[in-house]
Amino acid sequence: MNGWGGVPWEAPGGHDVLGGRVGTPREVLGAPHPLLSAPAEPVDPTAPEIVAAAADLLATLRRETATTGLAAPQIGLSWRLIAFDAGLHPRSRSWAGELVLANPRLARASHWDPGREGCTSITGLTADVLRASRITVRGHLPGTGEPVTIEADAFEARCIQHQLDHLDGLLFLDRVPGALSLHRRLHSCDA
Amino acid sequence: MGLSAVTVLGVDRPGVIAAVTGSLADCGANIQDSTMTLLGGHVAMMLLVSGDLDSAELLKHLCAPDLVVTASAIEAQRHFCEEGGGLGYVLTVHGPDRPGIISAISAVLAADRGNITGMSTRLTGRLYVLIADVELPKEVDVAALMRRLAAVGASLDSEITFRPVEPDLL
Repeated sequence: MNGWGGVPWEAPGGHDVLGGRVGTPREVLGAPHPLLSAPAEPVDPTAPEIVAAAADLLATLRRETATTGLAAPQIGLSWRLIAFDAGLHPRSRSWAGELVLANPRLARASHWDPGREGCTSITGLTADVLRASRITVRGHLPGTGEPVTIEADAFEARCIQHQLDHLDGLLFLDRVPGALSLHRRLHSCDA
Repeated sequence: MGLSAVTVLGVDRPGVIAAVTGSLADCGANIQDSTMTLLGGHVAMMLLVSGDLDSAELLKHLCAPDLVVTASAIEAQRHFCEEGGGLGYVLTVHGPDRPGIISAISAVLAADRGNITGMSTRLTGRLYVLIADVELPKEVDVAALMRRLAAVGASLDSEITFRPVEPDLL
């Protein structure tokens, strides 16, 4: 796993795309904050403020050790940036590494499966949500703007789709398949 | 053979369900449908029970000092919509907690003869969440209903999604 706790972030290829910048953890907004229900804006991945935001998002993700992903709106920035690292989750199979993507979009999705998920912005609740378990996501690395394609499956695919929803102003609550699919959060592995 | 609706409310602890269902089994009552959840640290349970005993006799078997139990004789009702005639939707509401959310939303649905067939609401921190299964008669103008729901949602500072049920056909 790439560096934790203040170590400059390196992309999986070994490039220090954030120029050694160490971000500052920010507060994670909780629902019903209006920013969590608003679509986020596309970004220029090479812009200095976007690189700084990417570093902050990553720093916040590293601090929130109970979660595997965050989207920029969750830290108060209505920009299309997501960060994720599903490497340690017990239901993970693929692992793209610890990544921040700018302007990510779902290029392909298949093999839909229900699974329980929670959200750092929603304390105390989980739900059974139908997600594609095999996806292709395209985006750009903050800093260089290099285009990247991620092939993900299982939990990592679920995590990425959850973050993509945040960029469209959607919470997992908006995808609950029925009244009996909402649950009190009882287990840490629900997240 | 009679049909009874039984409700059970008691402080949550291991063994409540075993005690209730054991009592029903002991008197030959058959649980046809049931649902159970925890509300504010209390077990809340509803059962549809068939058997030879009437509701008053069932109540005697279920009586326990730490449980609030009711039993009522009922008749099986015809389904709201014709068999297979209704259209299924899922309604999600989330926003800041305030009085009147359920009544406002359910009034909009009722005006179009929408039937809430299942509902779950949760309050966690400041966030209030309502998920409901809704059946609509076929002739309902769904787009117009969604606009009315959106207007009510906006007046409550709440986000509302209303979408068709996705059936799992295996």
